[in-house]
Amino acid sequence: MTEIRTLKLKNKLGMHARAAANFVKVAQQFKAGIYIEHNGQTADGRSILDILTLACPHGGMLTIKAEGADASAAIEELEKLVENKFGET
Amino acid sequence: MSPDQTKKTFVLNGVGVSPGVAIGRVYRFDPLDSQISFYKLKSTSLIPKEILRLKKALKESEHQLLEIQKNLKKTKVTEPLYVIDVHILILKDKKFINRTIKYIQRLKINAEWAVRLTLDRYEQIFEKVEDTYIRGRVSDVQYVGQRILSNLSGEKKETIWGTDEKVIVIAQDISPANTVQMKMEKVIGFATDAGGRTSHTAIVARDMELPAVVGLDNVTRFVRTGDEIIVDGIFGLVVVNPYPEMLQRYEEKKLLYSAARDEYLKDAKAPAVTSDNYELQIGCNIEFVEEIPSAIAHGAEHIGLYRTEFIYINRQELPMEEDHFNNYCQVTGTKDLLWSTIRTFDLGGDKFPSSQKPVKELNPQMGLRAIRFCLKEVEIFKTQLRAIWRAGAFGKTRILFPMISSVEEIVEAKKLLEETRKELLAQGENIASEMEIGAMIEVPAAVVIADKLAREVDFFSIGTNDLIQYSLAIDRSNERLTYLYEPLHPAVLKLVKSAVDAAHEAGIRVSMCGEMAGDPICTLILLGMELDELSMNHLAIPRIKKIIRESTLKEAKLLLEKALSFNMASEVRMCVHDYMKKRFPVEFQNEDD
Repeated sequence: MTEIRTLKLKNKLGMHARAAANFVKVAQQFKAGIYIEHNGQTADGRSILDILTLACPHGGMLTIKAEGADASAAIEELEKLVENKFGET
Repeated sequence: MSPDQTKKTFVLNGVGVSPGVAIGRVYRFDPLDSQISFYKLKSTSLIPKEILRLKKALKESEHQLLEIQKNLKKTKVTEPLYVIDVHILILKDKKFINRTIKYIQRLKINAEWAVRLTLDRYEQIFEKVEDTYIRGRVSDVQYVGQRILSNLSGEKKETIWGTDEKVIVIAQDISPANTVQMKMEKVIGFATDAGGRTSHTAIVARDMELPAVVGLDNVTRFVRTGDEIIVDGIFGLVVVNPYPEMLQRYEEKKLLYSAARDEYLKDAKAPAVTSDNYELQIGCNIEFVEEIPSAIAHGAEHIGLYRTEFIYINRQELPMEEDHFNNYCQVTGTKDLLWSTIRTFDLGGDKFPSSQKPVKELNPQMGLRAIRFCLKEVEIFKTQLRAIWRAGAFGKTRILFPMISSVEEIVEAKKLLEETRKELLAQGENIASEMEIGAMIEVPAAVVIADKLAREVDFFSIGTNDLIQYSLAIDRSNERLTYLYEPLHPAVLKLVKSAVDAAHEAGIRVSMCGEMAGDPICTLILLGMELDELSMNHLAIPRIKKIIRESTLKEAKLLLEKALSFNMASEVRMCVHDYMKKRFPVEFQNEDD
């Protein structure tokens, strides 16, 4: 099963260290393979270094792809995280 | 000749951030570095063992970080704990690990070498990132990498903490995590490459009253563990391998410093009243809440200048009202303080943690900063004003607007202040019932229109550092101009006097919070002008108070009159200097050091 979702980054600093850390922590809870694409570059959703080097800024578009049995649950959770600005105020 | 005498004595210049003199042996604290050897594996059969070593070092590093995180949670540190989370995630990053393992397998090299190559690779990758914040995260990767390396080498450098010797810690910089790794009771001083007054090293050193010099650029390159050094936190100097006579001199200085401190502190709390009954209220300039206890111990009666810039810098996002409030109410709520003067944001927009691209200004000192910036970024300003109102409920609070150059600015700032007051009341917030409003007098134009400004405010606070810089047209950061920087310049004296007179004519109080206020040479001159308050660095307070107690307003006025009669700054200085030295021989005995 493959799920794809394209989202806009709304938190002030974009995909900075704290946001990336939160993303990885959520991604790790699932078995599905998780990938993020930004600007034609793809990152492993479980690799904080990969995600950081995407340098996705505030307002940038992210495409999240999940592949595997729990792909739809994973994508739900990750979408929530991004929409909630990674828990930042 | 002893071996030490063969070593060359040299002096490094930095910024003294915590006063005092420390003399001792260096402990070069470098949590990141260790003796690393890089070598090729002798046979392919050694590869699995090397990978195992790497994995063991990774595990060990993770344990250490978790331990640090646990300890940090116990102590009250301000550095966000998530940084360590990020470090742990990097340690466990599959890409990072696989890359390193591949290097071991493909190149047949030891784990240290492979980690080094991985770090280099990430350095290249991060270099290409345009976003400066993310590009800077390469330092996190390096931090993690170095930790792995030191675990690989197996050498535990922290052994020094097991010995009895007290040490001066030398490091590139010291983070809260590092502090936890040290046994602080063994540390007698700090000297670091990086940092400024607000760096963690500076804060820790001041809290613990240990001498510290930061911003030395490359002290770690020149100094090794075991070297003998002197850290002079008063003048911001580090002397490496001092020769015997110099050592002697500094030992004396150290004794003098602590003796003087005890002597001064004895009478520090006595008021600054002249023998003919003129009282000056003495305040302290602070930047951090942690400085208040020593301010009071040194005799501060109020906080005459609370700088709030630190709340904005060194962070990734704008501070919220609660961030301001939590700091301010600790100041205003301090018992034993008559009042606290909170100065609103006094920097340029470039110091702001926001998404907007900072504009590079050619001359930021005269740029869009302080009140100018605040009146443009009204929402940011109002957040601060709201917090000040709320903190005012905890104790008498005054608000001070910096860099005022026109009546319009004061009127506008007061309007916003009133707006926030009404909003807070409407929300049912507990706020100060009243607030005295002050204008910083630091732009020459403000002196010229001081009579008009005085009608708008409750007090003036003269900021001499900028007033001198602007009126004499001297860039204070330009070292070639330091000889022109002269608080006793006739023009400066005239400007200060005219501001004081304008305030008194309008019936408002006038304070001085620049460095001149804490310069004992100038004390009688300022007394002669009849300033109502002086606010200074806490260390200057006991001495200034003592001079005031031992003088009379009458003699101060005579000295001022004489000083104002000269045409040249050099004449004023000579006259005032001679008078002070003769009149207070004990206070100025060390002047020629």
